[in-house]
Amino acid sequence: MNAIPDVLRPPFTQEMPVTLRASRSSRVPGQRLSPGRPARYGTLLGPALLLLYWGVLSATGWLDPRVLPAPWTAITTGIELIRDGRLQEHLAISAWRAMTGLGFGVAVGVGLALLSGLTLLGGYVIDGLVQIKRGIPILALIPFMILWLGIGETMKITLIATAVFFPVYINTHNALRAIDIRHVELAETVRLTQWQFLRYVVVPGTLPGFLTGLRFGATSSWLALVVVEQLNATSGIGYMVTLARNYAQTDVMLVGLVVYALLGFGSDALVRLLERRLLSWRRTLGR
Amino acid sequence: MSARGGIPAVRVRGLVRAFTTKGVLNGIDLDVAPGEFVALLGRSGSGKSTLLRALAEIDHEADGMGDIDLPDRLSVIFQDARLLPWMRVLDNVLLGISGGRERARAALKEVGLAGRERAWPHELSGGEQQRVALARALVREPRLLLADEPFGALDALTRIQMHVLLRRLVEVHRPTVLLVTHDIDEAILLADRIVVLEDGRLAADVPVDLPRDGNARRARITELRALLHRRLGVEAVDSEWQDAVSATAAGGRHG
Repeated sequence: MNAIPDVLRPPFTQEMPVTLRASRSSRVPGQRLSPGRPARYGTLLGPALLLLYWGVLSATGWLDPRVLPAPWTAITTGIELIRDGRLQEHLAISAWRAMTGLGFGVAVGVGLALLSGLTLLGGYVIDGLVQIKRGIPILALIPFMILWLGIGETMKITLIATAVFFPVYINTHNALRAIDIRHVELAETVRLTQWQFLRYVVVPGTLPGFLTGLRFGATSSWLALVVVEQLNATSGIGYMVTLARNYAQTDVMLVGLVVYALLGFGSDALVRLLERRLLSWRRTLGR
Repeated sequence: MSARGGIPAVRVRGLVRAFTTKGVLNGIDLDVAPGEFVALLGRSGSGKSTLLRALAEIDHEADGMGDIDLPDRLSVIFQDARLLPWMRVLDNVLLGISGGRERARAALKEVGLAGRERAWPHELSGGEQQRVALARALVREPRLLLADEPFGALDALTRIQMHVLLRRLVEVHRPTVLLVTHDIDEAILLADRIVVLEDGRLAADVPVDLPRDGNARRARITELRALLHRRLGVEAVDSEWQDAVSATAAGGRHG
């Protein structure tokens, strides 16, 4: 039985040279440069690892709960807050603010981008202004916003909308300017009307840039929301967190943080889903 | 330069185009008869594409003057297929047309792409994409077809197939055709008449009068090719190679 060395036994005697040659010729020189097909929920790996690290630190007592409570504390406190009805109430008002601001910001951003990208005069007037305004941080506008609009909902929504407007406008406008001139020529030769040109060439051609802007815009809306709700609010997640800070309720503060994270992650995932749906015609590295 | 008599389908008088950077047309007069297939031949920089772009009215960046009379219904085919990547094949064919889905299907069938209506442009090969562009041009039932080196980006085998296809489609639909090319054999193979452009002027107007008989036909093709080579300032080509090509050319013309 041991007379023949293992490697020489069938089926190795026949297959070995073949597999060796195959692996040499196909793997080594034909190195793949794209990262390959992504796993379904692959992007959850990073958050999962962080959660694990945090959990281990809390369980072993390395992390003082007064500094940062354990992840499961966030869940239990969250459940308590939901039982009270407080979390839903604050979340609803926060989400309403963010969505309204996002809606206005996107509408104005896309509208002005189209106007400034498709008409010469619009470009002269709008784009110049926007480029100057880009230099001023949004949050630096808060004092003036309060002066002009008071401290009510109008000011909050306006600030969120302004924060959303810029990334949406800039990315949409860039994409608009980058529309392939050959497609414009085609549109002229098949005699598209202005409206058809907008619908079949401009909008689809601008969509990738717009969606990038929307992703940044959604993130900006949450950022602006946190700031306006911690400034002078009597409701919303930001208010809940500020109140908890006054009473040193780190667990409630943590719940607020987790809610923000979920909202941010969720809205980003939503936009990416939208991207996959709307841009299914594209072939890119990341798909 | 006169066409075959009757009212011309294309009538160009004193066409001048100038760019600040490159390429000019220095007074082009050209008549093309309805249903005539004219090849615009020239070296690169001779102004042949400029002329075509002027006719297609997409030369906004050029200054110039002159009169152009063209049929209302005209289609343009470019060197690249210019399909909108975000529209499926059928919608690309129908771009700018409301309704007519059945006609578009028929056009796709004519170019040999039946069943690919729902495909995305990037799923097609270069030759197939150019066929879609051909279908997009045909579905408009053009009286005039302007083609700017439509087969320039295709490989040699695909180009031969496209020559046969274009010839057949032109025989069925009978549009007037202006084909810009730098390929002498393509011009002889496809056109009824070859117009040579040189430095923005018409340098020659050569009818492609090929006899039916095989030998006489081959001889005439060789003669035409030599003439056009001289006109374009290209050295005479090796005669053996010429014979081989003329045999292919004669065969393709029948197909």
